[in-house]
Amino acid sequence: MLSAFSPAMLQPLVLTLQVALLATLFAGALGIAAGHWMAHRRFAGQDVLDAVLVLPMVLPPTVLGYYLIVLIGRNGPLGHWLEAAFGIRLLFTWQGAVLASTVVGFPLVYKAARAAFEDVDPRFANAARTLGSSEREVFWRIALPLARRGIGAGLALTFARCMGEFGATLMVAGNLPGRTQTLSVAIYSAVQAGDDRLAFTLTVIVSLLCVALLVMANRLLQGTPGRTAR
Amino acid sequence: MTTLDIQLHLALQSPDRRFELDVTLTSHSARTALLGPSGAGKSTVLQAIAGLLPGARGHVRVDGSTLLDSARGIDLPARERGIGLVFQDYALFPHLSVEQNLLYGLRRLGHAPAPGAAGRIDALLAQFDLGGVRKALPRHLSGGQRQRVALARALAPQPRLLLLDEPLSALDPELRTRLRDELAQMLERVQMPTLLVSHDLADVRALAQSVIRIEHGRVVGQASAPAEA
Repeated sequence: MLSAFSPAMLQPLVLTLQVALLATLFAGALGIAAGHWMAHRRFAGQDVLDAVLVLPMVLPPTVLGYYLIVLIGRNGPLGHWLEAAFGIRLLFTWQGAVLASTVVGFPLVYKAARAAFEDVDPRFANAARTLGSSEREVFWRIALPLARRGIGAGLALTFARCMGEFGATLMVAGNLPGRTQTLSVAIYSAVQAGDDRLAFTLTVIVSLLCVALLVMANRLLQGTPGRTAR
Repeated sequence: MTTLDIQLHLALQSPDRRFELDVTLTSHSARTALLGPSGAGKSTVLQAIAGLLPGARGHVRVDGSTLLDSARGIDLPARERGIGLVFQDYALFPHLSVEQNLLYGLRRLGHAPAPGAAGRIDALLAQFDLGGVRKALPRHLSGGQRQRVALARALAPQPRLLLLDEPLSALDPELRTRLRDELAQMLERVQMPTLLVSHDLADVRALAQSVIRIEHGRVVGQASAPAEA
């Protein structure tokens, strides 16, 4: 069994966890901010903006990957600026994989956060205001704690989605073993190379991790197990 | 003696109805009631006084302090008005214990509680007989306890004016009669200028010294003491 934990398996696993964790962090911060902002405003064209924000969820990953290549490639506006100003290259790096996963995962946090913030009774925020709270304080002490279950579930889903990210990652970060090869890309390579044993082991790992994450997301939404109503 | 000097104009537009509020009232009583049927705009008046309704015009003066004067461009945000509002169904923060609910207005984000906050909370918990439930979450409290927490939370930052929105309507009829007297005694004890809203004449008689009748967003009568039936 020890031989199963070979570098061919461990490297993609560690890289995938690293990419998924960072992407969830970035997508989380952006998604919570966007969800809160959209939940508390009404303006013309809001539904169009909402559609744009959710777009990465429904676009083919290859289309997203193409957009990102155009954006962060050497001649792309962001890529050119990053390289000129900081010497940073994102294309074909694991950081590029983080960017791809962040974009793909963003709509999941955004949608969950917006719904969770909209569910918070506005009277709580008003009560906080009469007790001296600024809007910033209302966010940190009232809205965020009361929306935490929905947001937590969204974050768990995002992490699971980032774990399985394939299309955009392959296009942006490529398939460099030990450097940018994540689990799902490694499975693809293993199947292509006829290494069924590796493909099977990696597949089981991804499946188990994703089941665990989905169970966690469900429990967050339904309330913690073991807490019974009194 | 407190003085309320209020003049409010406000138009609220929702998809299915348009509501116009045009209310002028002054009061020199310690406890004043706004009496009227539901939909008369009583709660809207309280929210506008508390600074929770953007677009309110007119003026709000409490004991000479101007909180709103649209002619002079004064419109203090809710957090600077120093008004304690007890919501109709209390709006206790569900994620915070009784003690934390009371402490909320005495602590700012990123800062330690105000000096003397702990002592003030202890005094309020004792005064409102909440010592036994100080660590409990609102959902584990009885209706009467919730009402006392809401009142104590609003009083904790020592507001200049206390607003009570239908303070007894969240309770079932039996409890309501009992808590009416209890609330009257509590208000007598705390000696805080109070403006309360009710649709129930019995509540108003028990709780207020003067009454202002409101219908369809307008004042239709004022009496210095509620008439006996």
